[in-house]
Amino acid sequence: MTVTADVRERPKVSFWNDPKVRATAIQIVLVVVLVFLAYEIVQNTLTNLRSRNIASGLDFLTKSAGFDIIQSLIPYSSASSYGQAILVGVYNTILLSIVSIIAATAIGFIMGVMRLSKNWLVARIGTFYVEIFRNIPLLLWIFIFYSAVLQPLPGPKAAINILDSFFLSNRGFMMPKPIFGEGFWLALMGLLAGIAAAIAIARWSRARQMATGQTFPVLWTSMGLIIGLPFFGLLLMGFPLSWEFPELKGFNFAGGIDVIPELIAMFLALSIYTGTYIAEAVRAGILAVSHGQTEASHALGLRSNMALRLVVIPQAMRVIIPPLASSFLSLTKNSSLAVAIGYPDLMATGGTVLNQTGQAIEVIGIFMIVYLSLSLITAGFMNWFNARMKLVER
Amino acid sequence: MADHTQSIAYVRTEDAPKLPAPASTVGLQGWLIKNLFSTPLYSLLTVVLGTFLVWQIWDIVNWALFTAIWSGAGREACLVENSGACWPMVWDKFPQWIYGFYPIEERWRVNIVFVMAALALVPMLMPSAPYKMWNALFLLIVFPLLTLILLTGGNFNFSWSAYLTVIGLFLLGAVAVPFAAFGVEEGIARNRTGLILAGAAIGLWLLALLFSGLNWEMGGYSFDPLPLLIMLLLIAAAVFSLIVAAGGENRSAATGWAVVFAAAMAAMLLLDGDFGLVAVETSQWGGLLVTLVVSVTGIVASLPIGILLALGRRSQMPIVKLFSVVFIELWRGVPLITVLFFSSVMLPLFLPEGTSFDKLLRALIGVALFSAAYMAEVVRSGLQAIPKGQYEGAMAVGLSFWQMTAKIILPQALKISIPNIVGNFISLFKDTTLVSIIGLFDLLGIVRAGLKDTAWAAPSVAPTGYFALAAMFWVFCFAMSRYSMYTERRLNTGHKR
Repeated sequence: MTVTADVRERPKVSFWNDPKVRATAIQIVLVVVLVFLAYEIVQNTLTNLRSRNIASGLDFLTKSAGFDIIQSLIPYSSASSYGQAILVGVYNTILLSIVSIIAATAIGFIMGVMRLSKNWLVARIGTFYVEIFRNIPLLLWIFIFYSAVLQPLPGPKAAINILDSFFLSNRGFMMPKPIFGEGFWLALMGLLAGIAAAIAIARWSRARQMATGQTFPVLWTSMGLIIGLPFFGLLLMGFPLSWEFPELKGFNFAGGIDVIPELIAMFLALSIYTGTYIAEAVRAGILAVSHGQTEASHALGLRSNMALRLVVIPQAMRVIIPPLASSFLSLTKNSSLAVAIGYPDLMATGGTVLNQTGQAIEVIGIFMIVYLSLSLITAGFMNWFNARMKLVER
Repeated sequence: MADHTQSIAYVRTEDAPKLPAPASTVGLQGWLIKNLFSTPLYSLLTVVLGTFLVWQIWDIVNWALFTAIWSGAGREACLVENSGACWPMVWDKFPQWIYGFYPIEERWRVNIVFVMAALALVPMLMPSAPYKMWNALFLLIVFPLLTLILLTGGNFNFSWSAYLTVIGLFLLGAVAVPFAAFGVEEGIARNRTGLILAGAAIGLWLLALLFSGLNWEMGGYSFDPLPLLIMLLLIAAAVFSLIVAAGGENRSAATGWAVVFAAAMAAMLLLDGDFGLVAVETSQWGGLLVTLVVSVTGIVASLPIGILLALGRRSQMPIVKLFSVVFIELWRGVPLITVLFFSSVMLPLFLPEGTSFDKLLRALIGVALFSAAYMAEVVRSGLQAIPKGQYEGAMAVGLSFWQMTAKIILPQALKISIPNIVGNFISLFKDTTLVSIIGLFDLLGIVRAGLKDTAWAAPSVAPTGYFALAAMFWVFCFAMSRYSMYTERRLNTGHKR
């Protein structure tokens, strides 16, 4: 700080009180303690494993699993390997997380807006929903939906029949399965083209609105393109799409897609429970936008829905997204509770593998790595989305 | 100016009488129109949702009250066609839901713990109640000790070596008292003798450890002179240090050491003592007792670890920071179930062969580590809310890092984090249900175990059990969340500008 001739030496700090020395000493001690702990743990583990005759390593993953899994997105039989069993679990976890995240977001946004409604009854229903579902543990909800709601449903013979194509019974929810014939690729191409065209139109319309102020009905054209182009593709190829309907054969249904009751229970519990947190985030986000913003946009001549879409929601989203991201993260992690009712997610299939092979360290390591990566992927996606939605400030 | 009073036929000189507000804006009718039927769309919504709601609520009330079975013994009572909830099952199982498999004749011990907790907690939660410090001391130190003795039966039978180790550590700790009184440099200068004696003791101990492995057994016939020598050296070191420290102005360090030493010894003697209580294994605990033990221990143990981790995460030291970040993010990135699996399956592998570990204790360790990571983030957000001027001011008056942290920063940071800590506690309380998956009988575990009882096998039993359980959890969590909101409001007014 002293630049001039005043060449006083820095006051001599004693060795003990020098922050640098202290910092180095503390960190050396920490490292030594950690290394010592790690050494102890590794030594103990090796001894314990040797005395239990467990060979460590990932070799067990290629051995035949020998157990069946009630729901699999990839071909799997009891002859498949342990590694494939775990992979089935990973896919089931991802499936459950994605459908529940979509439903939870929808429920949360609807309920969050409902809580702010001017209609007393509507607002009360929103409050009731949040207070009831949030204050009861998720695991209890899973059991309630599984054994108190789904199991008392009638058996397959007396299943609740919806239009002869959907059946709800205590064996799950049956629905028609699409059979894609030859030439279905054109419809897929049409879908892709429709999405691409919709994105292009949205960009063009925004650029034009920025330049000239003219608006363009983006929503309706996009919907027309995304639905119309695949339909046109189907039409050209003569409808190469048929449905396989579930039919009652003997004691159970055959054909169609069987959504197992475990998946339904998990889906309902996860989406309704997490929906409460999203509803609170949405409510807080909308309340965070000051009323002056709405009034100012009305004063500028925007209609209510335009004010909501162009002024309120973009600002509210900025507040909503971070808690939304953490809700998604906790939903993904909470999907591991599926093990309690036997939905074959990662924890359940991995747990079976652990029990059969005794490879505790490897299996739990896989659990941690998979959940950490799922969390990181979700967090990364939400960060990207957050950066997109963030208001550009001067 | 022309005289207007004459040219205009009538000029009103008094106010018109105040008319009552239109009937459509006041009273019940006004409220209904404003809140339920303001527009056609809203009216439709009100009618549709209202009908649905009344129908649903009627169904539930009907099931839980009007068609419910209220008395009877065994499943026959609840096998009535079209009957609602099966309450006799709840009356029958309720004691088990609270105490688990705790021996019936010993349940008074659990009751004492519950009453003590309520009596100590209620004044703690009321901001106006006096003696907060003593109350907190009781809750955090005396109460856990008494609970431990009452619930397990005490009589831990510490060995001689355990006593000697604790006493030795405290004697060694006494060497640091002059540092606290005079600062490091002067402390060394004044207390050379004490330090040398302590050093000699440690050296001897290390030598003995290297060459033979030390025999701490002093009772009975086997008598080893080496431990005695080490103890004597340590006692001499402590005496010298305390004399030096007592010579200074600041005697609080020496007094503090003596108080903590006495307290630790008293605690050990208490835990060691035989009060004639029957030992109760933790595998017999269950129900609400286990839920409360796991969640309260989890939150209390996680607070100090969480504070340290939060400080570490904001530290300038790269290794400390890295360690904290990795620890926090690792636990936060994985589900609690994985952590519980980890602690119940992997922890025994990590420990030396032959050490067996209580199942409940293993779950507690997992829960504490898991919630410490979340607590660290809560505390960190509190730390971040403290303006930089507070740090700079504290440093400017010459406080050391720990003085600044303990006296300036943490009191403010923890105060503003109270609502979040309560929120953390609520989610931990709900998350304790997961210990039922690794085979502990917490509230959810014991209720589910009871539902499998063939003496109560009836279709309405499971819904009734879950309904009652949900109601219990709801009451706990709702009360806590209201308390958290109340604190938030109370603290908010204090910070209003």
